[in-house]
Order: sequence, then C-alpha cells, then structure tokens
Amino acid sequence: MGLSLLYVTLLLLVPLGGLILAASKMSISEFWEKGIADIRVLAAYRLSFGASFAGASINAVFGFIVAWVLVRYTFPGKRYIDALVDLPFALPTAVSGIALTTLYAKNGWVGKWFDLFGIQIAYSWAGIVLALTLIGLPFVVRTVQPALEELEAEMEEAAASLGASRWQTFRRVIFPTVLPALLTGFTLAFARALGEYGSIIFIAGNMPGKTEIAPLLVVIRLEQYDYAGATAISVVLLLVAFLMLFTINGMQWWSRRHEN
Amino acid sequence: MILSNQDQVKHATKVLEETPVVRWLLIGIALIFMTMFLILPLVLVFTYAFRDGVAVYIAAIMDFDSLSAIRLTLLTASIAVPVNTLFGVSAAWAIAKFDFKGKNLLITLVDLPFAISPIVAGTIFILLFGARGWFAPILVAWDLQIIFTPIAIVLVTLFGTMPFVLRELIPLMQAQGTQEEQAALTLGANGFQTFFRITLPNIKWGLIYGIILCNARAMGEFGSIYVISGRIRGETNTVPLHIEVLYNDYMLSAAFAMASLLAMLALVTLAVKSIVEWKVAYNIRNALDEIKS
Repeated sequence: MGLSLLYVTLLLLVPLGGLILAASKMSISEFWEKGIADIRVLAAYRLSFGASFAGASINAVFGFIVAWVLVRYTFPGKRYIDALVDLPFALPTAVSGIALTTLYAKNGWVGKWFDLFGIQIAYSWAGIVLALTLIGLPFVVRTVQPALEELEAEMEEAAASLGASRWQTFRRVIFPTVLPALLTGFTLAFARALGEYGSIIFIAGNMPGKTEIAPLLVVIRLEQYDYAGATAISVVLLLVAFLMLFTINGMQWWSRRHEN
Repeated sequence: MILSNQDQVKHATKVLEETPVVRWLLIGIALIFMTMFLILPLVLVFTYAFRDGVAVYIAAIMDFDSLSAIRLTLLTASIAVPVNTLFGVSAAWAIAKFDFKGKNLLITLVDLPFAISPIVAGTIFILLFGARGWFAPILVAWDLQIIFTPIAIVLVTLFGTMPFVLRELIPLMQAQGTQEEQAALTLGANGFQTFFRITLPNIKWGLIYGIILCNARAMGEFGSIYVISGRIRGETNTVPLHIEVLYNDYMLSAAFAMASLLAMLALVTLAVKSIVEWKVAYNIRNALDEIKS
C-alpha cells in the first residue's frame, strides 16, 4: 500500500506539481496572453471544443442506435459487431489516423464519392469531427448498453397496456430512464476528444487558426522553445480535464441516485 | 382510449416491439455507422499494407529503422506492463480490502492519465527533465540525459498506462469482499498463500483483460512519446512514431505495413476480451446451475 502511494506520488503528483509550479512562475498577465487571449490560441480552443462537441453529439445519436440494436435485436454477425465496438480502445490513434485520412481523402474509397459533390472531408473541419467520432464511439455504446439491459420489461408492458404507442413508450418511459447513462457517455466521449492528438494531426491539415487543435499548438510552442506558451495552454487543458473528471463523477453519482 | 380486454392484449403485444421496417432500418443505420468508422478503416489498413505484394510487406517490416522501432516498442511495453500490473494489483487490493485516509482521492487521481491529453503529459515531463526543466541542474551535474532517450519513453508510457489494470480490478475486488480471505487466514494460511490461492483465482479474468488493454495502450502510445522522444530515426522512434515518419515520407505501403502490426495487436486484444467475457458469463451460468440443483 505504501509503495503504491509512493508510486502514484512520484509518477503522478510530482509531474503535475511541476506543471503547476511552472505556471505559477508566470505573471497573471503573461499567462492570460499566452494561454487564452491570443487569436491563434483562441481559434484552437474554439476548434477543439466545437469539433469535440460535434463528435460526441454524433456518437450520442448513432452510439445510442448501435447500443439499442445490440441489446434488443438479433441479426447475423451481431457478436462480431459487439466485439468491434471496443476497437478504438485497442487500436493506436496513429493507425486510425492514417486509415481515416486515406479513406476520406479526395481519392480515397469513401472520399471520392463526397468529392463528386464538391465536399472535402479530410484536411478540413469535417475530417477532425470524423476522427473524434471514431475515438469516442465506445464510450456512448458501452455506457448506454448496460442501462438498456437493466430496463425492466414491466415498465414498457405497463405503458403499452395503458394504450401508449411504441413511440410514446420510447419517448416517455425508455428514453428518460437511460438519459443519465447517455449523458455520461456523451461527456466521456467529449472529454476524450478534447485531448486527442494522434489521429487528428494526420486528417486535420493543421492550418494555423483554421484546422489547428489546442494540443497541436502545445507541440508547436514546444518546438519553438516557447515553454511559457506551452505551459499556459497545457494548464488550461489540464484544468478542463479536471473539470470533466469531476463532472463525470458527479453524473455517475446522479445516475445512481436516479436509479433508486 | 378504452379498449376491450382482448384488444388490450393485442395492442400490448404489438407495441412491445418495433415494426420490422423500423427494426431493419435501425439495424441498417447501426451497421452503416460501424462500417464507415471501424470496419472500412480496418480493411483499408490491411489492403494498403499488402497492395504492393507480400515481398514489399516483409521488406518494410525488416527494414533497419522498422526493426529498431519494433524493438523499442517491445522493450517499453515489457517494462511498463509488468510495473503497472504490479501497481494495479497492489493498489486495487489496498483500495478494496482496507480503509485508509485519502482513498477516494487516490481513486480519482489514478484516473487522471485517462483524462489528461497525452500532449499535456509529454509537456509535463519536458518541464521536469528538459534542458531548462526542474531537474536540469541535477541531470547536468550527474551527466544524465532523460529527454530524447528511451528512458523518457518508458516514463511517459508508465504514466499513460497507470490506470488500466487498477480500473479493471477495483470493482471486481470490491464485489468479492474479504470473507474468503478472512476464512483462509483463520484456517492458518499466510498472506502469500491467501493471495495466490484465493484472491488471484478470483480476479484472474479481470486481471488478464486489464493486462492486455494496458499492453495495447503501451504499444500504441503516440502523443506523449511524440513530445518527449525527439523522434530520432532508428533510436527513439517507437512503432506508432515510425508509422508517422513513413506516412509523411509518402511511403504508404510501408506505413500501412507497420500499422497492420498494431491493428493485428488490436484485433487480438478484442478477441481476448471477448473470450474473457464469455468465460465470466460461463462461470456465472455454472454457478447459477449449481445453486439451482
């Protein structure tokens, strides 16, 4: 036990403390200028938050459908689809990055069909959203699935015997019950997307102010030896990560209370 | 709406399921979604890896830089996975079986590597061990170099894979409680015997899953290594970083050949996971049957 605590301290607390210390050496105005109020930095935050939100929203809709189909229906190959949901957990982001880029580039298997309509996916905002959707996919499915499995058939039967249509039963009975799980999955996918780097840099095009995500800007600052700039953006990202962790813990507490 | 008894039953059975049209529409949407995001990318990796033939594939992997990347990735995983397994088992043991101050804080803290961007993790280690970092005076005095060496790669991988085994084990160990261990101890077993005869068999499957997930992540780590390794070809490039180098050099077949190695690792990981889940379900069914009979 003591060794475990020592290990966490050395590998986790000391490094985090180092980052906070480095940030505290900066003046508030310097931190504000480098970490927030810079046009390029602001554009990167806007892109990171916007695309992560879009990706998590796509997952909330389609991830819910996937979870629903896996819990309620039978169809050929279902076991393989179910196992495949976890692929983004196991597949390195560099691999999914180059695969998605090649797939959705102008001359790619899927990209060429979009190109016919003049729609560009890779090297644009859409490509970033696509990559963030992929890495967040398991979170929504894997949080909604158990919630759907635990739904009691009696509730639906009661609603149906009272004359509710299937859609009414879904909207009024099923959906509100699994909503906490869906929101937890959404937040997990959103939080994961905010910090993603590996798959994005391949598909984004990385144009300053346009398709440059916040973690990439940290790398660029480091390469310019602008350690203060990298520290400031890192601290902002770290604080957001803390905030997301507490939100997720709070939501899990809320959904447990909701069940009772 | 007032329905006769018979109508009520008919209505109820009808509205407990979706119509076949809706059902197949939903299945179709789910399958298209899964195909666009997971199946096609996976198929593409293997198609592109072999598109210039098996000889090119083997040559790409047998390349000097590729082999050195594979060696470094294996070395990193062979350190990070055992260390974090040991940590995961002992920390989960402490968390599940004992009460101590700061327990909840510890549980939240070890989740941090999940939440933090790998880039931020890498930056933190640059700030500690870099040329102008906190430990720079000590490192210079002792003539040590950490950043841009495999040591840094192992460090950030340890950081990034810290929670995997622990996360799998905490719920398992908490659910099992301490009764069996206490029984073993009262019967005169010592701590080690209790652990290897009682605790370990109980958590076996969760442990296996945690270890393979930890391994997949250790071998696939990209962002944090990208920041601290210096990306020196043949020296500090791991497999994911080498993929990036090849891809940016427009050596697509070689890039996808290396990517296919990691994709196979991912598929094996998923297969092991499925087997573990099947085993657990099988054990539960057996236990239920025993109770019934």
